[in-house]
This record gives sequence, structure tokens and C-alpha cells, in this order.
Amino acid sequence: MTLIGIIFYGFLAIVAIVSAVAMLLNRSAIYSALFLVLNFATIAVLYLALGAPFIAFTQVTVYAGAIMILFLFVIALLGAEKLSGHEPIKGQRTMAIVLGLIFVVELVLFLIFRNQGIQPMLALTQDFASPQKIGIAMFTQYLLPFEVVAFILLSATIGAIVLTRVEKPARLGAARGKK
Amino acid sequence: MPTSFFLALSAIMFVLGILGVLLRRNALVIFMSLELMFNAANLAFVTFANQYQLLTGQIFVFFIMAVAAAEVAVGLALMVAIFRNKGSVDIDQLNSLKG
Repeated sequence: MTLIGIIFYGFLAIVAIVSAVAMLLNRSAIYSALFLVLNFATIAVLYLALGAPFIAFTQVTVYAGAIMILFLFVIALLGAEKLSGHEPIKGQRTMAIVLGLIFVVELVLFLIFRNQGIQPMLALTQDFASPQKIGIAMFTQYLLPFEVVAFILLSATIGAIVLTRVEKPARLGAARGKK
Repeated sequence: MPTSFFLALSAIMFVLGILGVLLRRNALVIFMSLELMFNAANLAFVTFANQYQLLTGQIFVFFIMAVAAAEVAVGLALMVAIFRNKGSVDIDQLNSLKG
């Protein structure tokens, strides 16, 4: 890998990590959401570098576009961007950091103890992950999971509508009156 | 660039997501941290798809994204419902189940 490549990937990784940390530490939920959008966009560029253009653009449209706009709408709707910074459970912060560190140690140990050398990235053919190939694989080999995902999305839509529906007290009273 | 670079980035992002879930008390920010963890897992998937020259990893990332979108829709609907009932999305106030 050339020096320029290392600088490029290093810069992207630093942007991703810094935006994730900023999302974590920011008191305002709106700023957190915007930092998360930056993180998603950076990861999309990394997907491009990993030879996954279709996933990269899906990431931008679905994650950075649809999902985060939904988040921003809900934050704006609820007006819940700021909460008090006090710590109700004693030692929650230290405990959380200790648990996070334990997880890091587990990951590092796994990386050390697994018996597999780490190879450099392979050069991919031009049409390894072209939308055409992904579409063929998705509609032949993975047709059943695709249909299952369609039903999951349908049930999620219905669930979201049912959950946010306002119960009308007038209708409730009418039902009681019939009894 | 070695594969381990991307795996390390994925691991760091996953740990940051875990810290977000454990540290923050705004339920919406906890949700965002969950999305961060989803993304870390997706990055690992795409990295291994590249490593082993298999398209399966990328297709599963696509499915994970669809399921994450469904999860966000239901989760945010729950948030709105909770906010209507409690007037807050602070998870420390959602202690009605405490005995």
C-alpha cells in the first residue's frame, strides 16, 4: 500500500472514530445525530474502498438518509434533545468504562490467540460486487430471506402505525355505552 | 491495507457503541449507539466479504440494513408512545417495572 493510501484510510478511520466519540459525548441529541450521519458517510467511503459500491450507496441512502432523518424528526418532535447530566446510579460511569475495557481486552486476546495470519487485502475484480451480481444472487440464492425481510418491513410499518396511534376517548366511551 | 485495519476500526466502533448504551440515559442516544454497533458489524461483514472473495457478506449487510430500518421504525414509535405517557425519554424515569 502506498503512503497516500495509508494517509487516506487513516484519515477516514480517525474521522469515523472522532465522530463516534463526539456522538457519545455530546449533550444535545441533535448534534449526536448529526455526528452519527458523518460517521455513516465515512463508513460508506470505507465500503467503497472495500469493493462494495452497492452497500456504500445503500448505506448513504438508507442509513445516513432515511434512518437518521427519522431520528432527527423524532428528536425535533419530542423536544427531548437535552437531559440533565446527573448520575442517578452510583458508579455507573466507571462501571461502564470498565466493562468496555474488558470487551476491548477480549477482542485483543481473540485476535492474538486465533491461529490465522492476517493477510493483506486482495485485489478484487472489477465486477466483484456490481449491483448486477448482487441482484442476481439476491433474487436466486437468497430469495427466501429477501421475502422474509419484506414481511419484516411490512410488520414494522404496521407496528409503528399501531404504536403511535392516539386512542380516541370518544370511541372508547361509545363502545362502553353499547354494553 | 491489511484486513486487520478494518477489523480494528469495526471493533473500536463497536466498543464505542457499547459505551454509548451503558453511559447515556437519553433513550434516543442509546438508539443511535445501537445503530453505531450495527454499522461496526456491517463493516466487519464487508471486510470479510472482501477477504474471502464472497458476495454473501455484502448481501447479509443489505439484509441487516433492512432489519435495522424496521427496528428503528418500531423503536422510534415506542419512543413516541413512551414520551406521550411519561413526558420524557430519560430511561431512569422508566422504572415502573421495579418491584
